[in-house]
Parts: sequence; C-alpha cells; structure tokens
Amino acid sequence: MHATREIDAAPDMGVEQHHDHAHHGPASGLMRWVTTTNHKDIGTLYLWFAFIMFLVGGAMAMVIRAELFQPGLQLVDPHFFNQMTTVHGLIMVFGAVMPAFTGLANWLVPMMIGAPDMALPRMNNWSFWILPFAFLILLSSLFMEGGGPAFGWTFYAPLSTTYSGDSTALFVFSVHIMGMSSIMGAINVIVTIFNLRAPGMTMMKMPLFVWTWLITAFLLIAVMPVLAGAVTMVLTDKFFGTDFFNAAGGGDPVLFQHIFWFFGHPEVYIMILPSFGIISAILPTFARKKLFGYSSMVYATASIAGLSFIVWAHHMFTTGMPLFGELFFMYCTMLIAVPTGVKVFNWVATLWRGSITFEVPMLFALAFLVLFTIGGFSGLMLAITPADFQYHDTYFVVAHFHYVLVTGAIFSIMAAAYYWLPKWTGHMFDEGLAKLHFWCSLISVNLLFFPMHFLGLAGMPRRIPDYALQFADVNKLVSIGGFAFGLSQLIFLAVVIKCIRGGEKAPAKPWEGAEGLEWTLPSPAPYHTFETPPEVK
Amino acid sequence: MSRRSTLSNRRWRAGGILGVLSAMAAPLASAMPLNMTRGVTEFSREVHDLHMIIFWICCIIGVLVFGVMFYALIRHRKSKGAKPADFHESTKVEIVWTLIPFAILIGMAIPATQALVNSDDDGSKPADLTVQVTGSQWKWHYKYLGTDVEYYSLLATPRDQIAGKLNKGDNYLLEVDRPLVLPTDRNVRFVITSEDVIHSWWVPAFAVKKDANPGFINQVQTRIDEPGIYRGQCAELCGKDHGFMPVVVIAKAPNEFDAWLEGEQQKVALAKAEEEKLLAMNMGFDELMAEGEKVYQTYCAACHQPNGEGLPGVFPGLKGSAIALGEVNAHIDIVVNGKAGTAMQAFGKQLTLAQQAAVITYERNAWGNDTGDAVQPSDIHNFLNGAQ
Repeated sequence: MHATREIDAAPDMGVEQHHDHAHHGPASGLMRWVTTTNHKDIGTLYLWFAFIMFLVGGAMAMVIRAELFQPGLQLVDPHFFNQMTTVHGLIMVFGAVMPAFTGLANWLVPMMIGAPDMALPRMNNWSFWILPFAFLILLSSLFMEGGGPAFGWTFYAPLSTTYSGDSTALFVFSVHIMGMSSIMGAINVIVTIFNLRAPGMTMMKMPLFVWTWLITAFLLIAVMPVLAGAVTMVLTDKFFGTDFFNAAGGGDPVLFQHIFWFFGHPEVYIMILPSFGIISAILPTFARKKLFGYSSMVYATASIAGLSFIVWAHHMFTTGMPLFGELFFMYCTMLIAVPTGVKVFNWVATLWRGSITFEVPMLFALAFLVLFTIGGFSGLMLAITPADFQYHDTYFVVAHFHYVLVTGAIFSIMAAAYYWLPKWTGHMFDEGLAKLHFWCSLISVNLLFFPMHFLGLAGMPRRIPDYALQFADVNKLVSIGGFAFGLSQLIFLAVVIKCIRGGEKAPAKPWEGAEGLEWTLPSPAPYHTFETPPEVK
Repeated sequence: MSRRSTLSNRRWRAGGILGVLSAMAAPLASAMPLNMTRGVTEFSREVHDLHMIIFWICCIIGVLVFGVMFYALIRHRKSKGAKPADFHESTKVEIVWTLIPFAILIGMAIPATQALVNSDDDGSKPADLTVQVTGSQWKWHYKYLGTDVEYYSLLATPRDQIAGKLNKGDNYLLEVDRPLVLPTDRNVRFVITSEDVIHSWWVPAFAVKKDANPGFINQVQTRIDEPGIYRGQCAELCGKDHGFMPVVVIAKAPNEFDAWLEGEQQKVALAKAEEEKLLAMNMGFDELMAEGEKVYQTYCAACHQPNGEGLPGVFPGLKGSAIALGEVNAHIDIVVNGKAGTAMQAFGKQLTLAQQAAVITYERNAWGNDTGDAVQPSDIHNFLNGAQ
C-alpha cells in the first residue's frame, strides 16, 4: 500500500492520538496543486479551469458576434469564422460545462455523503491534469497552417474527413483525452457514491445532486466510448484510407451522424442533469421547505436519462429518414417533456407556500427555472418533425440550445458557486456585487438569445458568417447582448476573488434553510472531510 | 405665404414625430418577419399551423406555471411573514401532472403525424416533373430529368459588396445567376444529392428542407400554389462558403413554364452547335484572357483568391505554382477532372470548352506566371477524347 494512503487511512482506524496533524494540511507551493489527491483541491482546479475555458470560449463567441454585428465581412474571413464556431462549441461543452460539473462533484459529493475523499484520489489527479493538455492541443491547432478544426462541434463527415485540414489529427487526439478524463471522472463518482456513503445514508436518502451525478456518470460511461469510436473512424478515414463515411468506398456519411448523435444526445443531458440536482438543493433552502416529490424527482431523472438513448435521430429529421423512423423519434422526443414537466412542477410546488427569500443563489435558481423552461418549450417545438423541417439548422435551434445550456447549465453552475462559496472559502461573498452580476447576466443573456428565435423563424441559417440585410437590426441587438453578457462575467470573477481574499466570516451553515451533511462541517471545510463518518438517521 | 409656412411647419412637426416613432420601432419592425412564413404550398401552411398550435399550447402552459410560481414568489415571501408549509409529496397530484402533459402531447402528436404522413414521399406518388438537385461546394446544380436542360446556380452578389466596397443590393446574399424555374400547380419531385460534403436544400416558402448526402439520393415533393420568386439558403455547414450558397426559385404558371423549358432546350442545342464550330477555330490570346478572368473570378476566386495566392494550408495558391507553370495537360486534367479527396471539383461538366480553355490560359499568364501559353477549346476537346 502506498505510504500516503496509510497515513490518510490512519485516523479512520482509530489511531489518531499517535498522529501529528500538522503534516496533514496541504503541501505548499505549486507542487501542492500538481500532485494533489485531495478532492477539494481537485474540485478547485476543475472549477478554475472551467472558468478560464468559459472566458476563452466566450472570447471566441465575441469574435463571432463582432463579425455578425453588421452584414458584410469585416473582421475575419469565413474559414476563420468556422474555426471560431467549432472551437467555441468544443470548449464550452468539454472545457467549461463538463469540467465545472466535475469540479462541483469533486467538492460536493464526498461532503454530501459523509465520505473522507473521493474513492480513487490518484486517478482523480490524473483525470484533471490531462485536461489542460487536451485543450492546449486543441487551441494550438488554431495556429497550424490551414487553421484549426472548421467543421462545427458536430464534425459531420465528409467535411471533417475528406475536406478538413491536417489539424484534424490534433482535434481527434484532444477529444480522446477529454473523453478519457470524463470517463475516469465518472468512474470515480460512481465508486465513491457506491462505496463511501456514511452509515445510514441509503440510496433514497442521498441528496438529489448526488443522485443526478450518479446517473450522469453512468451516461458518461455509456456514451464517451461512442464518441471515441466516432473520432477514431474520422481519423482512419482521413489519414489511413478507410471508408466508414465515404459512399465511394461503401460507407455512409449519415452513419456518422447516427453514431455522433448516439453520443451527442445523451451528452446534452450530461450537461443538464447535475443542474437539476443543484436547483433541487437551492430552491428548498431559500423556500425553507422540503423539496416536493423527492422520489419522483429521482425517477424523472432516471427516465430522462433512459429516454436520452432513443431520441438521437431527432437531430437528423432532414437527412432523409423513412417515415417510420421520423415518427418513432418524434414520439420518443416528445415523451421527454413528461419527466421534465414533472421536475418543473415539483420545483414550483416546492416554492408554493414556502417562506421565500431572494439571496443570489436563489435568484440564479429562479432564473434557471423560468429560462430553462422556455428552452424546454422550444425543445418541444423542435420535436415536432414537420415543424422541425423549418426550424432545423436555423437560429431557432441556436436560441433553443443556448437557453438550455447557458441559462440552464451555466446559470445553475453560477447558482451552485454562490451557494457553496461560503463553504469553500470560509467567507461570505459581496452580496451587492453578486446581485449586480445576476441582473446584468439576466438582462443581457435574454437580449442575446431571445431575439435569435425570431432570426430562426424568419429564415436565418446557423453557422453563417454573413447574412441578408433583413436580419441586420436583430443581429446588432443580439451582438450587443452578447458583449454585455461577456463583460458581466468579469463581475463574477471579481466576486469570487474578493470572497477568497476575505470578507465576513461564514458560519458552518450560512443559509437558514439549508439541509445536508456539508453544512455540518465548519466553513471553510477542513482539508480532510469527515475523518470519522457522520451518522445519518 | 405665412399661412403656407405654418402649414408646412405643422407637417414637418407631424412628420418629425412620426419619424421619431418609426425610428424607435425600426430596430424590430424593418422588413424582418417575426414569425415563420405561411408559405405557398399546402404543406408549408400545415407546418405553419402546427407551429402556431404548439406555440400557443406552450404559451398557455408557460402562463399557468410561471403564474403559479410568481404568485408564490410574491405572496409567500419571508419578508411578508410567510411561514413555510410542511407538505412535500402527494402521489395524487404527481400522477395528475404526469398524465395531463401526456394527454396534451398526444393531442399535439395527432396533427403532426397527419402532416408528416401526407408529406412523405417514398417515391410511389406520381410527379409531373422531377428535378435533380446536386449540392457542390458552394453552388447548386439543377437538372430537369428527361430533358437536356441542366445548369449551375451560383451566388450573384459581387464579392465587393460582401467586402463592403460596394453598397449592398436589396437581395444581398439571396440572389443567384441562374435561379431554378418551376411550374405552379404541378407535383414537383426533387431528387437531392451532393458531389462533396453534406449540404441542405432549403426553401422556407415551400417548407422543403432536405439534406444533400454525397453518394445517396433523397427525395421530396412539393406543389407550389402561387407564381413568384422564393429565396432560401443552404442549411448544413458545408465548409468555408456555407453562408454564400443561396437557393432562388422562380415559380411560373404551367404554360409559361412549358414555354421556358422549350426555350432552354433550344438554347442547349444551339450552344452545342456553337461549341462544334468553335473547335475548328482559334480564340485570340486577349479574348482568352478576358474571358478567363471572368470565369476565374466566378468559379475559382472563392478558394484560390482573386490574387491567385490561395489560403495557405487550405487552398493552394496558383501564382507560381507547379500546376500553372508545368505541363499543360496536367493543368487541363486538374480543371476538367478535379482532384479526388480535396475541395478541387471537376469543372469538365460545369464549364463550356471555351470557358475552360480561357480560365486555364488566364491562370497560366496572370499574376506574373507569364508562360505565354494560349490554351484553345480544341485542346480541351482533344484532352477529353484522348483521356477517355
């Protein structure tokens, strides 16, 4: 057995009286972060990495919106524009949203289930530290001759095989590393939840965040290998003469889309299920009332995850599917509205007859509830196959998925950051500045994404660097919203840094209505969580 | 005089107020519709009505859910002295709000299924006209099956308008050199495919959007009710110039369409005879260069750039290149047959012999290439006959 594990395990064996606790704190200097196996350190690393990637991906979105500010080509050429849309998408999905959720899982899952750490701390270190290299590779490809990937984050073949640049090899390599990181993270979450729960914490007593992450982790393990397969086939088609997606060699380009979306649809739920857990923690806290329908929330989450595997082809209604296929995927997709509806109704019922206050985490959670539901409505509209013929690949779709990913996933991540920041840092954050961040974000994000619905209905295709004159005014409005939203996030950075550096001392339980094991720990949480497991009744 | 001036003052004032009001409304009201078009086919109207039904259902659900939520947020605030209730589950309520959405969804699925079944074209429904639509980076190729009429349809907006050097026209980016012409009141079948990457042929007014998959053929039917000009765009990311691949359709009354098609067939026959004649004579160097520049700017400049320098790493330059300075037949070969596995298409069928001869001559002499070669239509003709 490794020496550090023995020392870590010692207190649990009841020999802590022989032990000098001074050696247990974190090492100092840079090596602390490089070699750390501590779930809080790794959670922090993930969260900072995600935030940096959020800014990098956001900067790319600013390039896109600046080019689209008025008709005509002003700033970038169409090839670079395509690189920006592609890498913006990849970074936001794999670099910002997913690592942010993994960071939250690292911080919170052990604290919520009464565990000392994640079950596989050494692997935890690896699953984080390979990520920056994946993104360095991806970003460096932008500087190659011929530029970086320019085929959309969905990299449809044969655009990504026959007609792509040499940077495709770097793209594939980096996606492989991201996939490995995700799978290792997922394995760690599952093993931790199954093995390290405190005595008395049955599955149906686990906080919903833990439940939603458990289900997410299974989704990740199921679909990440599919993505790995897809990128490998792209690689061999491009460089080694195979014909998986080349009709001239007996392959089929639509096969690529089936494989990609068999990964890609569950992937979009990977990016929203943990949000459901976060919102289910925050709404009850600030309504001072228990979550309505805990068990139906668990079942709804599981059924959404299950359904996510049989709806992939709703991304492909215009590829020329047989009637039966279009009907099947339409019905299954519509069905997802049922468990999602149950969740929304349960959250509203949680608020009903509560005793509600509006601290910043609550504000973000409420914004999530309204805006994510709007994103759900446009999702339902997109599910209707004949109508999708008109919506597909227009700005209506861009509006839809940004409503669920930005005002859904990212707003929930911000709600989570504000909610647990006092626990992480030991300080209360600056409420005024945080409220400013919320209101600026809320207004600008709607200015940014709401008019996109109209652009799509009026007929503007997505992923175009230039557009017809009729779309000019609305695009200008959208771009202004985009710049405002981007700038607003710097307020968030200021709040977090200010909170880390000091501020009013946070009590163990800073929120009156909060429930859960994490609030039994002092703030900031000690370096080793729960050296002796708490008893759960 | 003074009466007049007060009158005109009043007019100015009224006009000014109206002007300010309309300027305030302008950002949203100018030209852009805020809703999906109702279109000019039965299917597009069905789709529009479906869209509106679902939209209103979503609105009603939204108003109810958010109404209850905001009521709770306003009335059940701690600052108003609200005490939290302690209910946290009710199997009955939860079953009800599982079943009601389910019923609503079935209500939505029925008209959606009907519309989809009606529109489905599995090839068994009779069509009066079949047009083959082929996407190729970044233009559309239309072929009226059963006739000799076929042509490419390219963006007609000048590059200078896109670059902001010229004022933008009314149909900026939505205009083509040769629109697709279709008859009204007839069943038109499109068979859709692609030469390179996946494109998607979309005309919103018909509610027709179908992917063009290389190596496979999709089919879709439409029947246009009203004559007119209908515009759309490629709807699938297809590379660099995805945003510059518009679709323009002119719908004509059946008899006008028949006359048009007849005329086109005559033009095709005439052009063939011209080409035969051309083979017997030589074009002058200046004539070749002038025609060649025109062809180059239309077909080649998007990738190889107007200055012949290309985009390094993506599209090779022609200035001083081995192809442009090397053996003539190799140059002809790449223009006629393209280069497999790259974005370089085969232009043999897209351009006339004269156009190909001219553009090759141009490429061999422009930008300081100065080989002095003049390639004639007969050279292309001989290459084709020798090579096949």
